[in-house]
Amino acid sequence: MKKNRIFNAVVILGASVVVFVILAALQYIGVIDEYNGQLLTLSGIYIVVALSLNLITGFTGQLALGQAGFMSVGAYTTAIAIMKFHVPMLLAILIGGLVAAVFGIIIGFPTLRLRGDYLAIATLGFGEIIRVLMINLGSLTGGAAGLKGIPAFSETENFVLDAVIKFSWVYVFAVITIVIISNLINSSPGRAIISIREDEIAANSMGINIAYYKIFSFTLSAFLAGVGGGLYGIYMGYLNPTMFGFMPSMNIVVIVVLGGLGSITGTVVASVAFTYIQEWLRVFKDLRLVIFGLALILVMIFWPKGLLGNKELSISGFLRKLFKRENNPERTVSQQNGSREGK
Amino acid sequence: MAVLEAQNISIVFGGLKAVTNFDLKLEKGELVGLIGPNGAGKTTVFNMLTGVYNPTSGDILFNYSSDDNASKSIVGLKPYQITQLGIARTFQNIRLFKDLTVLDNVRIALHFNVKYNALQAVFRTSAFYREEGRVAGKAKELLEIFHIGEKQNELAKNLPYGEQRKLEIVRALATNPKLLLLDEPAAGMNPQETQDLMKLIKFIKDQFNLTILLIEHDMSLVMGICERIVVLDYGQTIAAGTPAEIRKDPKVIKAYLGEGGEFDA
Ligand SMILES: Nc1ncnc2c1ncn2[C@@H]1O[C@H](COP(=O)(O)OP(=O)(O)O)[C@@H](O)[C@H]1O
Ligand SMILES: [Mg+2]
Repeated sequence: MKKNRIFNAVVILGASVVVFVILAALQYIGVIDEYNGQLLTLSGIYIVVALSLNLITGFTGQLALGQAGFMSVGAYTTAIAIMKFHVPMLLAILIGGLVAAVFGIIIGFPTLRLRGDYLAIATLGFGEIIRVLMINLGSLTGGAAGLKGIPAFSETENFVLDAVIKFSWVYVFAVITIVIISNLINSSPGRAIISIREDEIAANSMGINIAYYKIFSFTLSAFLAGVGGGLYGIYMGYLNPTMFGFMPSMNIVVIVVLGGLGSITGTVVASVAFTYIQEWLRVFKDLRLVIFGLALILVMIFWPKGLLGNKELSISGFLRKLFKRENNPERTVSQQNGSREGK
Repeated sequence: MAVLEAQNISIVFGGLKAVTNFDLKLEKGELVGLIGPNGAGKTTVFNMLTGVYNPTSGDILFNYSSDDNASKSIVGLKPYQITQLGIARTFQNIRLFKDLTVLDNVRIALHFNVKYNALQAVFRTSAFYREEGRVAGKAKELLEIFHIGEKQNELAKNLPYGEQRKLEIVRALATNPKLLLLDEPAAGMNPQETQDLMKLIKFIKDQFNLTILLIEHDMSLVMGICERIVVLDYGQTIAAGTPAEIRKDPKVIKAYLGEGGEFDA
């Protein structure tokens, strides 16, 4: 038992470090060029935000379409904290997450009674309200023009090093987000959250406080989206309200649906894939949106569970199989938490 | 002191009087049958007792603690609060978490007694591991009683029908109830399976010190194990008594078989 725990922790930490070292080194020596390095970093931000949406939509079963709104709150808060109040970057990002979380609570309560389409519309409206708010809070947010000159993560003389440091920040946040969501979902509170998705009435009858866990989920989701937003603002170096409109919210939904509602691995893979495909399709200009729309429809029809359904890749599970160690009884939910068919 | 006392509860759905002036007193350790033809209002009674519906009038008192005199009204509480106080139920139309494993179904029902929070889960503290071990052990123990322990990693929807019904009972038991409400637990089972299940129900009643209220529309099934039977028809109690009394009651015979009928059971 104890050996298993340490094994898991070591494997996860080890794998994260190995992947990090490889990616960072390849960028530093130029095998991954600046352009691709930027895309990798952007993928990491998408991982954070898409996982935050998967928590609320994939695991809690609440269709939310305003995730860019939370991102926006986090992004502006972080940027303002850094630029106007000279708050250290890490703290500023966390404050961005916290303020977004407050918004999560604020919109969580009134939407408790809403389900399905109605919730989707309400959260969509929330995203728009935030956008309009950002335009009209001119003195703080710079209005429609936005904020320019957000300081970068680092300003060494070395351009390549700066890019690698930028990547490192995002990478660490992405890994932490993956660990948070995965550890939460594979636990008793996580099972309570999933039971809401599966059958609210049954969950209620099994002693699960539905309202509490919905709000919890909304709040944590908003927090993570806010953190993702904070990273995004610093990554871009500028902010304006159009960056967080309806389309960005939909992009996040596309990632989560493509990857699989309720699959952490799927979200990670889809985040990276989406970032690259979005770039490749840039030549098609606005037609890009049509292509994404079509892709989404096709996936829904032929692959309703997304790329990975609800399956998870487990490195420690894989290694254990390789070395024929006994099965770890703790990891069952994420590997087997059910499909979303027939809803 | 009664474990549960429903006092004159009624509920109206848009003009339809689904249950009218229903009284019920369950003493500790009793196994009582609630029977009646389809549409009589049996499930609606369960829904009122478990907070799914609020009665239009009347009161429900539940003796929630180990102190025999500590009863309180549970009208207006949410289903999860009532479950946490000690009333568990199964559903007539099976409501398992069908896309989750058998084990997870039971672990979800154990959740509100788990002693670690989300933060401890994220940091994988020792409380997490200790409680997860305890919860998995407890779940397996309950599954074994119903002989479905070896299926713990199967998805609930892949269990045969009879085992799904059993899993519903296990899940209800996992909430550690004082009072267990079973809504047609034998529906869809063959006579042999039904007999086995009824024995099992009696066994868990003694094993876990339960009081049980059991709905069945086929009254011959409950005659054998229930000490007392309440008969509903059109939302009203038309008879209450021992199985022998119920069997001979002309109103019951009429409700079930029409005028001039007779039970062969
Ligand atoms: N939510 C509801 N809304 C309207 N009518 C209902 C509702 N629930 C039950 N009923 C009606 O109440 C009556 C009793 O139903 P029910 O309690 O399910 O009967 P039983 O379980 O005895 O077969 C039926 O006529 C049913 O249609
Ligand atoms: Mg019924």
